[in-house]
Amino acid sequence: MSLTTRSAAELAGLLARREVSAVEVTAAHLDRISAVDGDVHAFLYVDGDRALSLAKEVDARRAAGEKLGPLAGVPVGVKDVFTYAGAPTTCGSRILEGWIPPYTSTTVQRLLDGGLIPLGKTNMDEFAMGSSTENSGYGATHNPWDLGRIPGGSGGGSAAALVAYEAPLTVGSDTGGSIRQPASVTGTVGIKPTYGGTSRYGLVAMASSLDTPGPCGRSVLDTALLHETIAGHDPRDSTSIDAPVPDVVGAARSGDVRGMRIGVVRELGGEGYAPGVEQRFDEAVALLQDAGAEVVEVSCPHFEYALAAYYLIMPSEVSSNLARFDAMRYGLRVGDDGTRSAEEVMSLTRGRGFGEEVKRRIIIGTYALSSGYYDAYYGSAQKVRTLITRDFDTAFQVADVLVSPSTPTTAFRLGERVDDPLSMYKADLCTIPSNLAGNCAGSFPVGLAPEDGLPVGFQVMAPPLADDRLYRVGAALERLLPSQLSGLGALPGSLAAKEALR
Amino acid sequence: MTDELMDYDDALALYDPVLGLEVHVELNTNSKMFCGCSTEFGAEPNTQTCPVCLGLPGSLPVVNGKAVESAMRIGLALGCEIAEWCRFARKNYFYPDMTKDFQTSQYDEPIAFDGSVTIEVDGVPYEIPIERAHMEEDAGKLLHVGGATGRIQGAEYSLIDYNRAGVPLIEIVTKPVRGTGYNAPEVAKAYVSFLRDMLRSLGVSDVRMEQGSLRCDANVSLMPKGTHELGTRTETKNVNSLRSISEALRYEIRRQAAILASGGRIIQETRHWHEDGGYTSPGRNKEQAEDYRYFPEPDLVPIAPSREWVEQLRGTLPEMPSVRTKRLQEVWGFTDREFGDILAGSALDLVEATVEAGASPAGARKWWVTELARRANEAGLELSELAITPAQVAALQKLVDAGTINDKLARQVIDGVLAGEGEPDEVVRSRGLAVVSDSGALEAAVDRAIAADPDAAQKIRDGKVQAAGALIGAVMKEMRGQADAAAVRALVLHRLS
Repeated sequence: MSLTTRSAAELAGLLARREVSAVEVTAAHLDRISAVDGDVHAFLYVDGDRALSLAKEVDARRAAGEKLGPLAGVPVGVKDVFTYAGAPTTCGSRILEGWIPPYTSTTVQRLLDGGLIPLGKTNMDEFAMGSSTENSGYGATHNPWDLGRIPGGSGGGSAAALVAYEAPLTVGSDTGGSIRQPASVTGTVGIKPTYGGTSRYGLVAMASSLDTPGPCGRSVLDTALLHETIAGHDPRDSTSIDAPVPDVVGAARSGDVRGMRIGVVRELGGEGYAPGVEQRFDEAVALLQDAGAEVVEVSCPHFEYALAAYYLIMPSEVSSNLARFDAMRYGLRVGDDGTRSAEEVMSLTRGRGFGEEVKRRIIIGTYALSSGYYDAYYGSAQKVRTLITRDFDTAFQVADVLVSPSTPTTAFRLGERVDDPLSMYKADLCTIPSNLAGNCAGSFPVGLAPEDGLPVGFQVMAPPLADDRLYRVGAALERLLPSQLSGLGALPGSLAAKEALR
Repeated sequence: MTDELMDYDDALALYDPVLGLEVHVELNTNSKMFCGCSTEFGAEPNTQTCPVCLGLPGSLPVVNGKAVESAMRIGLALGCEIAEWCRFARKNYFYPDMTKDFQTSQYDEPIAFDGSVTIEVDGVPYEIPIERAHMEEDAGKLLHVGGATGRIQGAEYSLIDYNRAGVPLIEIVTKPVRGTGYNAPEVAKAYVSFLRDMLRSLGVSDVRMEQGSLRCDANVSLMPKGTHELGTRTETKNVNSLRSISEALRYEIRRQAAILASGGRIIQETRHWHEDGGYTSPGRNKEQAEDYRYFPEPDLVPIAPSREWVEQLRGTLPEMPSVRTKRLQEVWGFTDREFGDILAGSALDLVEATVEAGASPAGARKWWVTELARRANEAGLELSELAITPAQVAALQKLVDAGTINDKLARQVIDGVLAGEGEPDEVVRSRGLAVVSDSGALEAAVDRAIAADPDAAQKIRDGKVQAAGALIGAVMKEMRGQADAAAVRALVLHRLS
């Protein structure tokens, strides 16, 4: 069995027993990237030399008998939205082309501290704005299940890299679904931790009050191990929560859902949802019930306004967060020919450096915050946000977790929605409420839709700081599914992805 | 300068000025508002920066707790309420001196609000209502090169120093100040002077106007006498000294009065004070006011100071300057005029410390207000920057009181102390400055003086005691000043009695 098709937990075991070296594992993944990334385009930058030298260090430390973290020597892909000193960070935008950050994000630092080996930076929609990676300034990523389809977004690169066996683990960021929706359409696991459970320091901001770094993996346990590595309080992020990290690894190993109350959200289903998505979702709920969970139906009446509120709050923060890309200090500079004013250079640079979707959101946000409109737009949206949080509070009175499809459809075709922003936005219909409320949520694969043979994701949502419940349900599904559902032979972990590449 | 001006007295006969003062105070915390960088003034450009104050992508702010504490103490000293819950807000605008192209500030939820202070001008009290005191970060400093005036217009290129970016600022804003009438410019000056003393006694800022750690924007509008509706105001910037505040306001009042009296309309705008020419010129026009699109800063959590903390800070407030000056004047027994010299010379702290070190109030006052003030002035230094301490001045005065030296010798001792020759008694010893107390030597000198000036001696014998001056002078000259004039006088009179 190839090193690249192993789970991170398996690799960690092989490494710990010194049956394989970190250099071998890293080299195998770098080779795999060389072989397939021309088709997939999951990576924007491969940090091969540094990865190998870090691997060498880990091997040396292990040989010296040093006590290392559980994932030491395991490679990892990093979404290009995290700073990693010395590695170009573009956020998928031309405006940051060539910028090499002088400092390292907390997330990447914790990977390094845990002995993980960053392989490079993965592709994404520009500044994490999109659901398909088609908004990347450097070309789209292709879904390894079908290269003509989208891998989801904004973290399509991180999800596709897992499915194409280019990396056993990746980290992403989730503002409205950027971890969960790609996980859903690629049949992988993606977790948006509780807001404040992972540090945003060094995560280039899209919408500060929503952005959440999180782990991505092919298995529930792998993802939990990565979660445990990157989570925890960080004094450099004021919104970071000073509380112990929930026992996500224990939950992933247990998978016991007996007596757990599972709330099916009435509003997240029905019209607009693909039949195969609903079918696999219903089957998964039935499986959990058979395993001893109690299934209840809950109503979250304000979820229907979530998308509208999100598209006011998020762009408002975007319009401010992206102001700093002004050509004065770093990144692209256009028109600085000695005759133009600073203001003209700023304007020309932003005009050329930002893509259409980014400009659209900056304009919406600028408008929403304008004097005279603030109360009607930003103010109302914040009220809706409060109502959505209350919906969650009420629902969590009767259910330990809430569940829904992760996204209404399976992977759509590249190009299918690029000219229709609203239909693109709907891909995040189910994921956005958890960002607005700040609770945790994750997407787990539950089989392939019968009509197109593409992966379907199952979303689990839990209260703030109850991230372990996500893993408990996810692990239960992972265990129950293969023997119960059809078409699972093609799930990631099999060779289906590789075949799709052929 | 082509502005039409009305005579100040005429202007005040027709209009009532309404003031509004915005004062920016740079706090003297060791580190910046949202990162750990040093705030020290005068370092090499861009050496006191980090990813946070450079606004690099991905960096995040963390509030400096010391700055919040200073803000609360300032608020309390201004008689303000301290918010139970408040937030930072982003003020969005594009300018190269802002690394993030927004300023992290406070908007509708300031840390302190609704206060008031009372100041005095010519013995008349004026109440200054305080609207708010809020926290914000400073911007970087732009240097425009190649232009004629150092301003951005016409500059060839500009340099930016981000050392100042992120330095904590407190902005103190008054409500409209009415009823100051003729004294308006002096009231404004006295208010800023009051703030300066208060901030210094709180120990929260260096309050150096010339270094920009205390900056004032002076707003003024005119109301026709007998009306109550506020007129259109102008905001004058670049007012960098106490004197400029009153002069700039006086100018604006005269300029606005001339416009209004001729049926014109005041343009709401920012005006720039020219210290050299003594006039204001138009700056940014505020009628097309920029929309700053304020919204709560999502990278920071709200600040909710507990009431215990507020009360504990209230307990640490020093005696307010106005209370203290009243008390000290009474204790020291100075007339208004004597005490006024101390205040005008910014010598209050120094005199107080000198008295505490054992000098009499009169002695302490004498040295700081005259001799030392002159030397500071000559050296271009603040009085407090002179290389002599209150304890040394007290020691000096004690030497005079004991008759070891006289005032004239004391000035030479000051020379020595300032030159770093040590404590006053050491200087007396090393320079050999003690008055001659050897009575034999003195008596001989007196006898020689009497012999040299028999006319004067005769006059004294005849009872014209004033004539002793000439003989005393001759003796002092011979002793090269190192004699106690009183002792010489006694000797002369004794010899000729």
